[in-house]
Amino acid sequence: MRNGYHIVVCGSIVPDPLQTLEPIETPGGPALKNEMMLPAVLDPWASHALYEAANLASKVAGSKVWLVSVAPKAKLQQVMMTVAQKVSFELVAVDGPASGFGDAYGVAAILADEVQSIAGLDRSRLLVFGGWESASRGAGVTMQLVGERLGIADQFQGVDQITTQADGSFEVLERIEGGRHQVSMCSGPPALLGWATGNLPEPRNNPQVGMANMRTVMPALQRAKAAALAGSGLRFLSTTPPKQQRQTRIVKNRPVEEIAQEIVEWIGK
Amino acid sequence: MAAPHKQGEVVEKILFLAHVDESCNVLPKAVYEVLGLAIDVAAQMNATLTIGLIGENVDTAAAFIGSSGATRVLAVSGPDFAQPRYASDAAALEAICRAVQPTLVLAPATWRFSRVLPGVSHRLAGQADTHITGLEIRDGALTASRWYYRQRIEAVIRRDARPWFLLLESGCHKPWTGEPGAPSMEKMPVVIPAELRRTNVTGTRAPKSEAQTIRPDADLLFVAGAGWTKKQSDGKVHGEEAESLILRFLELSKASLGGSKSLVDQSGDNQAVLGFMTHLNQVGQTGATPRHPKGLSTCCHGEEPHVVGWRFIHERRAINLDPNCGWARGKADVLYVSDAFEVMKRVNELLATGSEKKEEATATAR
Ligand SMILES: Cc1cc2nc3c(=O)[nH]c(=O)nc-3n(C[C@H](O)[C@H](O)[C@H](O)COP(=O)(O)OP(=O)(O)OC[C@H]3O[C@@H](n4cnc5c(N)ncnc54)[C@H](O)[C@@H]3O)c2cc1C
Repeated sequence: MRNGYHIVVCGSIVPDPLQTLEPIETPGGPALKNEMMLPAVLDPWASHALYEAANLASKVAGSKVWLVSVAPKAKLQQVMMTVAQKVSFELVAVDGPASGFGDAYGVAAILADEVQSIAGLDRSRLLVFGGWESASRGAGVTMQLVGERLGIADQFQGVDQITTQADGSFEVLERIEGGRHQVSMCSGPPALLGWATGNLPEPRNNPQVGMANMRTVMPALQRAKAAALAGSGLRFLSTTPPKQQRQTRIVKNRPVEEIAQEIVEWIGK
Repeated sequence: MAAPHKQGEVVEKILFLAHVDESCNVLPKAVYEVLGLAIDVAAQMNATLTIGLIGENVDTAAAFIGSSGATRVLAVSGPDFAQPRYASDAAALEAICRAVQPTLVLAPATWRFSRVLPGVSHRLAGQADTHITGLEIRDGALTASRWYYRQRIEAVIRRDARPWFLLLESGCHKPWTGEPGAPSMEKMPVVIPAELRRTNVTGTRAPKSEAQTIRPDADLLFVAGAGWTKKQSDGKVHGEEAESLILRFLELSKASLGGSKSLVDQSGDNQAVLGFMTHLNQVGQTGATPRHPKGLSTCCHGEEPHVVGWRFIHERRAINLDPNCGWARGKADVLYVSDAFEVMKRVNELLATGSEKKEEATATAR
């Protein structure tokens, strides 16, 4: 790829998965109890997208990575303290809700606008990345809408791998049924890729990368404009945590033979 | 489904969408379940039901659902629609939707549809919801259930926007089982211009292991955790033994294989462990949420980020050396506090004898 790729990663923050989540009702619709107090992380599949973007950019000279994020500014700043140490990127921040109960249609409209307003972005080199589903809404809707709004007809979801060629074309592996991948060849940018886990381990924290990133991250957070999600007519009739836990029967000090027989019987039932 | 439609309310127009499977001849199983649901919803809401089909050749598939009672059957077919490519699938589905002008679009949440229908909803100025686990009519209006925060909060939702696209998970309804028939099908010509052919689907690739370990239709999910690769009571790691016990069990039981994040991450790091495990096997918050009637967890601690992936596993059992592991705290029906190496070895022996006996019995019967 001559001149390198322009890779824009869309990704927000979600509560750390080890936290217990409790839904509450607010005048604006459902929310999480103590949402602003819960420790947050960069949405896992979006973070894979970010690592894959940085990896690709490091291999193709002239490439550049942006991270576009709609999230409450204060929380986003906390998360950036670690994320910024992982890989190089330029942050585009919008101060808005990161709730899973916020509608994908409103979020996608903001994201697409922000992508379009990035100065110097070259569509002929553009790869839009994101997580194929969030850990909050878990819908797989947002990125498709961003692609549609940007007029990108080459879209891939559940992506685990991109292999680029010198002429700018690339091969993509997308997840399909039965633990397999669908293989596609795309002639080149612009394209949109919603990432699954990919193949890269989480990069180690690198304080130097962190320092370099922070020079642009802090001003981006200060500049972040506030945005509310446009009303979409999505209505929640109820939000409930999973029902009662199970009564676990704990089988201790039983011979292996008996346990094995019980399991085989249960499997065969 | 409760509370049927009341007189005088807005009449919904339902479009049920399906695509042929990779063999290009039959419909995926999930199609029959969602068709059953669509027929039910249409009856309860006094709505009309239209079927839309896409694929290279839809004639055989259309005959399977020919007697479903749909008022119209529309299809977009031909070589351009053999491959599940976003650009051409979106064009085909958009054309069907424009022709039908539905208010509700019901479709199975196959990978092919999941990666394109939300995009199509935008073109139709409609809205889409995915991973729907059930539909219900309340006060004459359709409501849908789905999970938020990766299976940790269940919500019932409703949308004002029309068309409302609903992608339904498997297991949401009994499959439709009507007789085949010969529907009169309207074939719609859709031309795919060069700019929509920039992507070419060249095929599918199986994971690096030879054995297919993910079997969505299996009765049992077998989960392996990081304990299989940890030092055991003799102070040693038994990776090879773990590998052969697990593969043998999968072969005998035909179970689908899941893994904890800790275990699949090790495989990614190229440690010499369980070579057949990939990220596709991962169950949990950042992995899959498979659907099986039963699940057996082994050497996995049962931490919350893992167990949220078990939301749709009905009967759950676990084998763990630790009586205080997560499974003990209301996450499994039965926890066997025991050594999984020993238990699974014996389970395999019993299953092997069982299948030999079965074979003998069939031979004698012949
Ligand atoms: C952002 C985030 C996302 C995550 N997403 C996921 C996810 O999607 N899926 C997931 O699985 N995890 C996820 N996790 C990780 C999760 O919190 C746990 O760390 C992980 O599930 C632990 O895996 P494990 O139980 O296999 O390993 P361990 O915690 O190491 O447990 C091993 C178990 O094996 C048992 N054991 C050892 N030897 C034997 C034996 N011989 N017989 C019987 N038992 C034995 C031990 O008693 C122990 O309980 C996530 C974490 C975070 C922070």
